Amino acid sequence: MLSLTHIQELILQAFPAAKVSLIKNPSPAAQDSLLLDATHALAISKLLHDHPDLRLDYCSNVTGVDWLDKTLKEKTTVTELVEGVPTQVEKEVSVVIPGYLEAVYHLYSMTLKHGPLIIRLRTTNRTDAVELPSLTPVWKSADFQEREIYDLFGIRFRGHPDLRRLLMWDEFEGHPMRKDYIPPDDELLPNDMEKGTKTS
Amino acid sequence: MNSLSSSHETENLLELSLGPQHPSTHGVFRMNAVLDGENVVKLQPVFGYLHRNHEKIAENISYLASIPYTDRLDYFSSLSNNWAYTLTVEKLAAIEVPERAEYLRVILAELTRLQNHTAFLGFLLGDMGAWGSALMYAFRQRDEVMDLFESLTGARMMCNYMRFGGCRCDLPTGWLEQARKVVAEYPAFLDEMEQFLVTNEILISRTQGIGILTAEQAINGGLTGPILRASGVAYDIRKIDHYGIYDRFNFRIPTGEHGDTYDRFMLRLLEMRESLKILQVALKDLPSGPIMNPKAKLRNLRPPIGEAYARVEAPKGELGFFLISDKGPNPYRYRVRPPSLINLTLLEEMSLGLKIADVMVILGSIDIVLGEVDR
Repeated sequence: MLSLTHIQELILQAFPAAKVSLIKNPSPAAQDSLLLDATHALAISKLLHDHPDLRLDYCSNVTGVDWLDKTLKEKTTVTELVEGVPTQVEKEVSVVIPGYLEAVYHLYSMTLKHGPLIIRLRTTNRTDAVELPSLTPVWKSADFQEREIYDLFGIRFRGHPDLRRLLMWDEFEGHPMRKDYIPPDDELLPNDMEKGTKTS
Repeated sequence: MNSLSSSHETENLLELSLGPQHPSTHGVFRMNAVLDGENVVKLQPVFGYLHRNHEKIAENISYLASIPYTDRLDYFSSLSNNWAYTLTVEKLAAIEVPERAEYLRVILAELTRLQNHTAFLGFLLGDMGAWGSALMYAFRQRDEVMDLFESLTGARMMCNYMRFGGCRCDLPTGWLEQARKVVAEYPAFLDEMEQFLVTNEILISRTQGIGILTAEQAINGGLTGPILRASGVAYDIRKIDHYGIYDRFNFRIPTGEHGDTYDRFMLRLLEMRESLKILQVALKDLPSGPIMNPKAKLRNLRPPIGEAYARVEAPKGELGFFLISDKGPNPYRYRVRPPSLINLTLLEEMSLGLKIADVMVILGSIDIVLGEVDR
């Protein structure tokens, strides 16, 4: 298969406005991936599917990943007035990197027998801007898997033909695979739940 | 008059909920079918009756502790599941596997394929109404393989046998001879089954031309394993990825011509013959030596930061695992790519316009296990 930087160039030639960045994978597996911007993702997928050197006709695995807000503590020196005299003081400033939800696609080519090409899409945040374009129109195999991600992670796939919960029941609230999901207390018996007390 | 006749037509449609408790749904699987007479107009699979969030459980326990949970995905082929998971962890943490363990893995994975396909034959015939006898013939033969699993791993189905960097225990005395005997006797069973089934008039009329899938449809729908190959696509991960030591064995990839239920059935018969070829060579060439990499760390394994995706050709299709490590004792993200679930993507396309009785046969020919569909 073409190298990732080569594919990146191909995409940028076809869509100069698109943002494509290479994500390094530091593990021994060394499976690097391409991060696509949400607005061009669908058009880029069609290119990846049809390009004669790539022919990525088989989307094997689609999965979600939840990345929480990260707080980095940085030490900076600030000039402050201490008892009227300006002095240099070391202060710890915490920088919050906002979390996001991620959809990861593993693409292979059955015609040319190569792969995987890993592409990733990221939402803006984890709360209200959780929409991504659905790639089901290109690869039908993403159908159930995107529904599963919607169900368990809460990413809304724009353009999905039938976006419903897959595994949990329709009335269920919340997204169990999120890292901050708090499961209901199993030790509560149905009677106690009405009263809101715990037997054991 | 026009409006009357159209409302008359919609009145004739029948909504039928098949399952979750139904003998032909292979577990707690439900299909909401809309029928016009006996013909299927719409079919919606409903999942989740066996959902226990396997992935969430695995993200809260150590890497080692997930191995017995993988047995319970596709509980017919626990050893293939073990292999797919250990292969991913080995990729993630760069663990080498000694040669004897590689051979043992190939032997066990092929035995798993044999017994899975054997059971499949029985279940498929059961779905067609040959209730009992075909399944008993199949299970009698499958038990020979289960006995091998039991004497090696201590369990017939929940084997929990492979570890990162090798296998859990070495072969007991006499196992190899017994395995060779089972492999040598298997073709007689296949011949017998073929004699009964391949030209059977009822089987042919129930399966030929039913549930046709073209190669393009199958590829786009992400179908893998015997179903894909029955549609004429020679895609076998054993040949593509060369994981383990599969490049040392000489075997063919059988493919179908029509992509119908009959091809899917025949393909399993042919695949078993190829598995037997691999087994004969592997049982002959099995080297001596260690079965565990002494450097491999089982407890408190903390793979370096990063991610890995690895896949194997499980009896039902591509079984993949996707792991993300943050250098903690548990995986940050643990994902199973379940062939049984994704092979159901095109169930509706295959069934539209056919009779409801054909849907049962098509579902049987996909070969699903609900432990893996719902996870």
